[in-house]
Amino acid sequence: MKKIIIACLFFVLPVSVMAAGGSANLMHANNDLHDKASLQNGAKLFVNYCLSCHSAKYMRFNRMGRDLGMTDEQVKDNLMFTTDKVVNTMDIAMKPEDAARWFGTLPPDLSVIARSRGTNWLYTYFMSFYEDKSRPFGVNNALFKDVGMPHVFMGLQGKQVLVEAKEGELPTFKLIEAGTMGEEEFANAMRDLVNFLEYLGEPIKTTRQAMGYKVILFLLILFVFAYMLKKEYWKDVH
Amino acid sequence: MNMLVNLLGWVDDRFPLTKMWKEHLSEYYAPKNFNFWYFFGSLALLVLVIQIVSGIWLTMSYKPDAEMAFGSVEYIMRDVDMGWLIRYIHSTGASAFFVVVYLHMFRGMMYGSYKKPRELIWVFGMLIYLCLMAEAFLGYLLPWGQMSYWGAQVIVNLFAAVPFGIGEPLSEWIRGDYVISDVTLNRFFAFHVIAVPFALAGLVVAHILALHEVGSNNPDGVEIKKNKDANGKPLDGIPFHPYYTVKDIVGVVVFLIIFSLILFFAPEGFGYFIEAPNFEPANPLKTPEHIAPVWYFTPFYAILRAVPSVAGSAFPGVVVMFASVLILFLLPWMDRSPVKSIRYRGLCFKVLLFLFVIDFFVLGFLGTKPTTDLYKLMAQIGTIYYFVYFFALMIIPRFEKTKPVPERVTG
Repeated sequence: MKKIIIACLFFVLPVSVMAAGGSANLMHANNDLHDKASLQNGAKLFVNYCLSCHSAKYMRFNRMGRDLGMTDEQVKDNLMFTTDKVVNTMDIAMKPEDAARWFGTLPPDLSVIARSRGTNWLYTYFMSFYEDKSRPFGVNNALFKDVGMPHVFMGLQGKQVLVEAKEGELPTFKLIEAGTMGEEEFANAMRDLVNFLEYLGEPIKTTRQAMGYKVILFLLILFVFAYMLKKEYWKDVH
Repeated sequence: MNMLVNLLGWVDDRFPLTKMWKEHLSEYYAPKNFNFWYFFGSLALLVLVIQIVSGIWLTMSYKPDAEMAFGSVEYIMRDVDMGWLIRYIHSTGASAFFVVVYLHMFRGMMYGSYKKPRELIWVFGMLIYLCLMAEAFLGYLLPWGQMSYWGAQVIVNLFAAVPFGIGEPLSEWIRGDYVISDVTLNRFFAFHVIAVPFALAGLVVAHILALHEVGSNNPDGVEIKKNKDANGKPLDGIPFHPYYTVKDIVGVVVFLIIFSLILFFAPEGFGYFIEAPNFEPANPLKTPEHIAPVWYFTPFYAILRAVPSVAGSAFPGVVVMFASVLILFLLPWMDRSPVKSIRYRGLCFKVLLFLFVIDFFVLGFLGTKPTTDLYKLMAQIGTIYYFVYFFALMIIPRFEKTKPVPERVTG
């Protein structure tokens, strides 16, 4: 038993020693990939607010529908504006040249954005738009300074101004003009969106984890037999 | 049954099947006192097979093309049946390979397994390690993410630091272009899936043949062939099969449990097996703010950055980094002590080796971090100690108080 513990330690050590860092100053998304309603709401926000400038070109509509508990018909009627075939991927019609002209840069594909940025980063980003008249769209972002993206959720959130931004601390904001959603409602909507983005980054994630428990259970049982077999053979070694 | 025996006889008349089975398994006598550290050789072989098999299936859907590579990986992750599993097996397997091989090498250093008459086993092992490093480096370019691209850029640029006008043409020759490009991706793919695995397989055969020629070392560092019974069988030896095959199966299952924990619950290895920036497609115009190699290269990367450049050239760092890998080849000849195992060596050896392990971890940690003055100083101390270890092994036997080595293996 002692040996096994040592084995585990040696496997984990190089990782745990180095993983100590991590990024501070981010809000917590606290999203839940098992919450289907949240994912569906996130998908709705995604196709309505994101999927005209951003693509998610590795994701198929029907796959999303299946995973989120929707029929192909429901997906077609509620979530598809850019294409007519449910097997298609989430592409957009905007030309790259136009995008570069309008935003100064190409809006990135969002298929795996949650995996490169992380969910907490995305959540903080959505919550950190504030009024800044010096910027082309009249808004800036406290997390991603001078970002080219407009505050597409301003209608929902309303307008907020930056109160204080200290090094090493979360910036504080003050709402100066209400949107259609209350503060908590908006925070929940962004949580749903981030939840969907995490799903989008790795659609298999929940299945993967569920499969993991079964595989490990099988291996634990196999371990018992393997250990007994070893014991039996090694009886005659003195 | 009789037919099978006849068939075996037919084969044996034409090919040494039974002879090989006996020589390498059922009548290969291994010391009976193998401990925990002796699992990692067979585990390395297992990981090699895992990597080859998962690699074959990845190749069926992967596109070695700068325009399509990143997308084809996502295609594997989403649209290929069980593609995500195959890909994660391969990416986790790469890191597992290094974990297992580092532990395997540490075992050799601890029990003096590289010493006479096993110098060639160690040299073949080191060649395997070099191939493994090449294989990992080449393979990391293939997903064509930001870290793939810029990591390759940084490493290939190391060759450009070679002076006398050789550097630039050399690095261009490696890339086949002025920057990492589609051409580079194609040739890296060729080396990753054919050339290096081929060399790797051959070296593994040589490593095992050399081992079976001289016989295995053990935690006591005693030569079991010195004490044989009337039939010429080592008294402290037991046939590899079935004893070590059944024992290794236990090791394999424990390994697979740990492997599955990573594979199913943390396939990115907390950002150390698959780095977050690698989920952004390669962009030659945008350098990531912090380029760090995958964890298994970071000790050497820290050494590279620790060496100050001379006259604006990073060449000394490159030389020292390569030296830090190559010096391992000389270990069998640098360690002058006649005593193999750490069990019977003096305190000074134990302290030196312990510090070497700490040093390797610290360098590994530093290699993942952006340089600061403190980190740079730490890396410099670490680099010096790394080399001191090897030279100390040449000197300490002169005054080292070793314990008497027993005639036979202990428990």
